[in-house]
Amino acid sequence: MADDLKIPLLEELEKGPWPSFVTDIKSVAGKSEMAADLLRQLEKSYEDKRGYWKHGGLVGVRGYGGGVIGRYSALPEEFPGVSHFHTVRVNQPSGWVYTADALNGIMDIWDEHGSGLTNMHGSTGDMVLLGTRTEELEPTFLALTQKGWDLGGSGSDMRTPSCCIGPARCEYACFDTLALTYNLTQEYQDELHRPMFNYKFKIKVSGCPNDCTAAIARSDMAIIGIWKDDIKVNQEEFAKYVDSGMDVQGIVVDMCPTSCISVDGKTIDIDDSNCVKCMHCINKMPKALAVGDEKGAAIALGAKAPIVDGALFGSIMVPFIELEEPYEELHDLIERIWEFWDEHGKARERIGEFIERVTLARFCEEVGLDPIPQMVTHPRENPYIFYEEYFAEEGEGSEE
Amino acid sequence: MATDVERKTDIGPPHYEQFLHPVMKANYGKWLYHDSIAPGVLSHTGPEGTIYTVRAASPRLASTNFIRNMTKIATDFCDGYLRFTSRNNVEFLTDKEENVDKIKAALAELKIPVGGTNNAISNVVHTQGWVHCHSAATDASGLVKVVMDELADYFTSENLPAKTRLAVACCLNMCGAVHASDIAILGVHRTPPVIDHSTLPNLCEIPTTVASCPNNAIKPTSIEGKTTVKVDEDKCMYCGNCFTVCPSMPLSDPLNDGVSIWVGGKISNARTEPMFTKLAVPYLPNNPPRWPEVTDAVKKIVDVYAANARPFERLGEWIDRISWARFFELTGFEFTKYHLDDFRWAGTTYKRSLQNRY
Ligand code: SF4
Ligand code: SF4
Ligand code: SF4
Ligand code: SF4
Repeated sequence: MADDLKIPLLEELEKGPWPSFVTDIKSVAGKSEMAADLLRQLEKSYEDKRGYWKHGGLVGVRGYGGGVIGRYSALPEEFPGVSHFHTVRVNQPSGWVYTADALNGIMDIWDEHGSGLTNMHGSTGDMVLLGTRTEELEPTFLALTQKGWDLGGSGSDMRTPSCCIGPARCEYACFDTLALTYNLTQEYQDELHRPMFNYKFKIKVSGCPNDCTAAIARSDMAIIGIWKDDIKVNQEEFAKYVDSGMDVQGIVVDMCPTSCISVDGKTIDIDDSNCVKCMHCINKMPKALAVGDEKGAAIALGAKAPIVDGALFGSIMVPFIELEEPYEELHDLIERIWEFWDEHGKARERIGEFIERVTLARFCEEVGLDPIPQMVTHPRENPYIFYEEYFAEEGEGSEE
Repeated sequence: MATDVERKTDIGPPHYEQFLHPVMKANYGKWLYHDSIAPGVLSHTGPEGTIYTVRAASPRLASTNFIRNMTKIATDFCDGYLRFTSRNNVEFLTDKEENVDKIKAALAELKIPVGGTNNAISNVVHTQGWVHCHSAATDASGLVKVVMDELADYFTSENLPAKTRLAVACCLNMCGAVHASDIAILGVHRTPPVIDHSTLPNLCEIPTTVASCPNNAIKPTSIEGKTTVKVDEDKCMYCGNCFTVCPSMPLSDPLNDGVSIWVGGKISNARTEPMFTKLAVPYLPNNPPRWPEVTDAVKKIVDVYAANARPFERLGEWIDRISWARFFELTGFEFTKYHLDDFRWAGTTYKRSLQNRY
């Protein structure tokens, strides 16, 4: 089968030091005609400089509206192995942690029911099983659920939440990112599996302002760890950094964005009332400095890529919220946001675009957030204010 | 056969705790500090001991064979524990320091580079491209491969001024943090959709299609008695929004599709606030299989940055300090009319002071 693979252009991608996806796909092309035809179709794309996939199609597993992306080759006669090439999104465990046995179990399923190709992982966070036929979807789903796995989201639903490794391996974590992500995923299974929103809603969870999941840029709701009190200082360890010859002045003091660090010999002093929790000093001296004790998260809404109305970063809606199980305050907030967006948003309008359209002031009012200076880089510059309160002459009837 | 097992739904993902190395479980939430042992090797220490992490590259598009190779290493040296990062790296986790070199050796045998930590170029966040997506203007996996072949030494060392994050997306949908990476490679279409009037009335909802266009370039029209749409080509910016909702409006054009390059984005809050990427090179041709124009441009950016930035200055921070004028001077990239924004809030990008360097 795979002996007749003629893919000279792709084989150029087997050269060089970086791991080659071509070599890798070839390694399964012997046992998977899907993988072989994928290479053949891709070779044609490389020749012709264009893709050969049809616009998606509605396929899925029974009772779910999301989790499977339909994909069909535009050249099914030429490449029958990829005439169907649907994607199955498998909800990853919090923090992308696995054991060899668990992963091998999924690989067994995928060798039996699919192309043998995956993405580890997709942009949203799911484990992506890449390429299978419509009739294999139910059996794949059944095999996965028997081993304790379930599908992730797709379409206009809550997309699979994802998080950083947080407290499982990082001293910077300001809350339990893994537990919260697991909680939200379980709490909102219906919203995850049955698309009912105006558009997608992504949640990403990072344990500190280093934001390893890129939540501030890639998620409609970014939950990012922060602390309120003082950076914890270990002066002994700080002295060791100085003794090691580290340019503490240049690398730490001078690079603090608010100039709130001073160093006197081997002693460091931080004016925490002016610290903006940027993480720079802590990142540079993890043994001497640590995040404080009063920990929680900030919540930013609205990040997205350009489609439709331009790219956005998340905007801070809640500068600090404590995140302890059972997370009732957060669930409440999420549900109020969804309700307002659901009722007043337009089709294909992400929450970030929605907030700009209805205005931040109205959004805050509707979901019950107080306007505070932490929400803006500066107050408005234009005087076009929609005043709502004004005095009226006595007797003109403006009683409360 | 499928009928004798109960069909389960909405069970959600397995609980992560069963996948945590015992040392990670014991130190959960109690970690004290970490150390960088070598490029690609970290140790994290808590009251209950130390866990060593070896970080390896993956092509992201990975076969079951590749993953079995990874799980074999995890079984041999990590009691079975491994994880993946948000940038498609594989991480091997062990509490035995002596296993670090064995893991590295096993990876070297498979020709898989170890690195991506601290001031390195980490693995590339990327998308599907011609491998699997209908709207791709280029191939993502191929671009990642040729660019990282060129930059592999920056992955396995930590010699750059600061960490450097690359991303590739194959169309403006940008599945991946392309709009906030140090260097982003973005596939672009440059011609309006070609409307298939024979299928459009059946496949597409007219109001949705009209509403999909951010520039109001689409209007309903009638051809041979059937309602379809027309595109005001002067208003079209080739964004592909219409194609997302209407399969009869493909934009792919082998002659004109290609790649743009963007720089200076960042996610973390360290020192400066998160930044969007900005346009460096508006168009380079699709030149598979090895896209030499693209690898040259990316290499140029990395080299100039490496030579000129101060320690721990991210690419965007460096450009902010030296000015965009100097960035174009140093890289030799041409500054064109395409660099002048003309979409929403374009005015906020105009220079409104005399503070220029002469
Ligand atoms: S986001 Fe912060 S807490 Fe999470 S892994 Fe990254 S540095 Fe650690
Ligand atoms: S966290 Fe940032 S702002 Fe705060 S002291 Fe450190 S460098 Fe300065
Ligand atoms: S960036 Fe565009 S072409 Fe690439 S995978 Fe996403 S939607 Fe498809
Ligand atoms: S490509 Fe974009 S700008 Fe052009 S018609 Fe379609 S939606 Fe409008």
